[in-house]
Amino acid sequence: MRYLPLTQNDRRAMLAAIGAPDIDSLFRDVPKEAVVGRSDFDLADHSGELEVERILSRLAGRNVAAGTVPFFCGAGAYRHHIPAAVDHLIQRSEFLTSYTPYQPEIAQGTLQYLYEFQTQVALLTGMEVANASLYDGSTATSEAVLMAQRLTHRPKAVLSAGLHPHYSETVETLASLAGVVTREALGRDEDITHLIDRETACVVVQNPDVFGLIRDLRPIADAAHAKGALLVAVVTEIVSLGLLESPGAMGADIVAAEGQSLGNGLNFGGPYVGLFATRERFVRQMPGRLVGETVDAEGRRGFVLTLSTREQHIRREKATSNICTNSGLCCLAFTIHLALLGEQGFARLACANHARASALVGKLTAIQGVSMVTPSFFNEFTLKLPRPAASVVDALAARNILGGVPASRLFPNEPQARDLLIIAATEMTTEEDCDAFCVALGECLS
Amino acid sequence: MTMSTTGRPTSAGAPIAPSRPTISGDRGLDHEEPLLFELGRANLSGVDITPTQVSDERLCGLRRSAEIGLPGLSEPEVVRHYVRLSRMNYAIDAGLYPLGSCTMKHNPRLNEKVARLPGFADLHPLQPQQTAQGALALIAELMRWLTTLTGMPAVAMSPKAGAHGELCGLLAIRAAVASRGEHRPRVLVPSSAHGTNPATAALAGFLVDEVPAKDDGHVDADALESMLGPDVAAIMLTNPNTCGLFERRVVKIAEAVHKVGAYFYCDGANFNAIAGRVRPGDLGIDAMHINLHKTFSTPHGGGGPGAGPVVLSAALAAFAPLPLLVHEGGKFRLLEHNDQVTVDAKPFGRMCAFHGQMGMFVRALAYMLSHGGDGIRQASEDAVLAANYVLASLRDTLSAPFDGPCMHEALFDDSFLGGTGITTLDFAKAMIDEGYHPMTMYFPLVVHGAMLIEPTESESKESLDRFIYVMRTLAQEAKSGRIERFASAPHLAPRRRLDETRAARKPVLRWTPKRVSEAAE
Repeated sequence: MRYLPLTQNDRRAMLAAIGAPDIDSLFRDVPKEAVVGRSDFDLADHSGELEVERILSRLAGRNVAAGTVPFFCGAGAYRHHIPAAVDHLIQRSEFLTSYTPYQPEIAQGTLQYLYEFQTQVALLTGMEVANASLYDGSTATSEAVLMAQRLTHRPKAVLSAGLHPHYSETVETLASLAGVVTREALGRDEDITHLIDRETACVVVQNPDVFGLIRDLRPIADAAHAKGALLVAVVTEIVSLGLLESPGAMGADIVAAEGQSLGNGLNFGGPYVGLFATRERFVRQMPGRLVGETVDAEGRRGFVLTLSTREQHIRREKATSNICTNSGLCCLAFTIHLALLGEQGFARLACANHARASALVGKLTAIQGVSMVTPSFFNEFTLKLPRPAASVVDALAARNILGGVPASRLFPNEPQARDLLIIAATEMTTEEDCDAFCVALGECLS
Repeated sequence: MTMSTTGRPTSAGAPIAPSRPTISGDRGLDHEEPLLFELGRANLSGVDITPTQVSDERLCGLRRSAEIGLPGLSEPEVVRHYVRLSRMNYAIDAGLYPLGSCTMKHNPRLNEKVARLPGFADLHPLQPQQTAQGALALIAELMRWLTTLTGMPAVAMSPKAGAHGELCGLLAIRAAVASRGEHRPRVLVPSSAHGTNPATAALAGFLVDEVPAKDDGHVDADALESMLGPDVAAIMLTNPNTCGLFERRVVKIAEAVHKVGAYFYCDGANFNAIAGRVRPGDLGIDAMHINLHKTFSTPHGGGGPGAGPVVLSAALAAFAPLPLLVHEGGKFRLLEHNDQVTVDAKPFGRMCAFHGQMGMFVRALAYMLSHGGDGIRQASEDAVLAANYVLASLRDTLSAPFDGPCMHEALFDDSFLGGTGITTLDFAKAMIDEGYHPMTMYFPLVVHGAMLIEPTESESKESLDRFIYVMRTLAQEAKSGRIERFASAPHLAPRRRLDETRAARKPVLRWTPKRVSEAAE
């Protein structure tokens, strides 16, 4: 077996050194009734690299990869161009195969990029501090709600109807254990600020929302603050912050975001990278790892994990969160991509996305029976079709076009979502893709 | 056994003059590297994108009004920056990484290659399921390997890390208890447990009661049984435990737990010791997370991403979270909503958006197919053999608190350093000068100045022999009073000891532009 360096001679010599007659004797604490043999497992024997590659390539070949067809899916995961240097750098052994930087003297590489990452996230979101990442946007949102409950000592979280339903469900799973989660009803032009009361810990608003609509967070922040509640702003398309006002500038107290768009592929949903930023005064209630600056014994600048008295390995059941890992390599990909882009590249990327989406809106809304639902948008928008969107998406897929996400997949019990189609366009979308989409959609609807 | 209250020291000690200063500040291959923000200039980018003018018409009046403040760098500068940073890191590819309870084993590059096949990496989580049948088949195949290896009937795939898996398991238990109309507010957790266990139990809304350990490193099963009652929802036991021992009475414990109507959660962090030799399902376990980044070798990546699928017993399977993967009419289907599931399924909710760490699933399955059932068993045996070899070779020089054999990690305490003035931390930092990453230290808490060594199956005998030689010699030097080697170690790493106290007292968590007056100084 190519990954195991011990020879049979080594094994014999090691057993002799231990004074053990055989390998079974090392497992003597295992109760007899629980010992199983090789034949108890219906699993194939080991395989060479070529065989494994063949098996997995066959499985991969049974999927329609986004890059092989006109592609317009978004709704929380976006397809962007990742510069070649990103994947090359994150595969350096010293990044890929290192552990959490608990020994800072030999982990300055990881610690410094995390510190730079924290700075980038704070700048992008317009907040004062950011952590070294969480699992993904949805779990970051859930942690934000729990943090707001701790900070305010109030039980209730108000979720806006435009929050990605997977995010709402993730929040409900945890935040409803000790609190109350209220979801704003979809499409009822209800003012979310009316749901905020003196029991409310936070109101959670996604911007742009799951339909792509851009929301002005300022009136919501004011209403929340007037009642002593916090505003949690959620961003699932981080590239939007190259063109749009940051949540921090609009009064958010906590920002939870998905960072997949930078540096990370679609990967069928994971691994992604959760971004989490807040105000400095809340830092001791933050979940997740934090890297801080310090000096070494020679007075040189260096970085360490810090404020770990919040964390589970010190505080155990009194910790702010049970989180132990972050999204290390995914936040490395994020931070390298953003370092390559810089201010200018990031702003241009955002403009290119908005321009692509705007052009596509023009073409699609020219189709008979198709109307625009989201008057404002960044790179994602929602159309109302003259028939159920799910069947249209299936018909498009049969024509080799991945034509967006039907809202009914996310809101199965909302009749008004039935005909809505959520469509994203990025810098990856070509004019040919758009034309093919328009022709096919026209045919599917006629 | 009493809990150790001596934590690791955190201050850097007295200042030290730099050795052999150079003109550049760099030393040979060790380059100092400024922050990105100190390197960048305005109007420079490592990505060429044609500028596009866009109107404000559809931006809701919310166009960004101020600059973000990101630095601009060209591609060669960015590449050099990260290459230099990478060289400040220790890595398993570069040397033995004996971190106990972390399983730092070899990360095969084949797994990286297949995870990047466009058919997996370039798939959208919400594209029509008929266009992702191969991906769903891969998840189903990984589920088959996991349930077969653990002897459990079901597995929840969406948890994103070990601690997230613990949460998933406890939420399933909570739902199961509630479905019986019972109120069971307590969860029992041994004092030797990972910190995530009590933190998870608290997060899931339980009160945590600590179960003491016995002097032989095993959980005090009698104390545990006496703490069981109708108000206990679950125990959380790590097996093999954090002292590196297999809990001998685990089957008896499971029986006692089930007798009072409670559930048995097992922390599967140490599954690498028993995979292919012991099925947790045979031990009476109801739920166990599997760290794919430990046992199944997906890279640790400097702290993530992980993946923590949770295997579930028949008693808990119905409560697994959404989405559920089913196979019907020759097709795979993800059930993403409550109204799609069968009447006997009662999902407790959703752990995260989408369907889990697909990129990690591909890598883990590549590892499993490569090893096969025979190789997985051999890997566990080699891991246990290597740990026992280290234990047997060091126990006369270092001090081992418990009798062997151990499982895949060997535990030592600091009594061999008694009277030398050298701490576990000093000893660990001296290992850095010798070219080794230190072992896990000051954990588990039940041992004073703990040193937990997990060599894994990836090391050759020559590599282990060299490590043993260095450890023995270091221990002898410590005992003979060569304190200077230890007290200010490391001397040869990119940094000397860092001042953690200062970092925590006045946290500086991000770069900020220097004010003009400071910059002029």
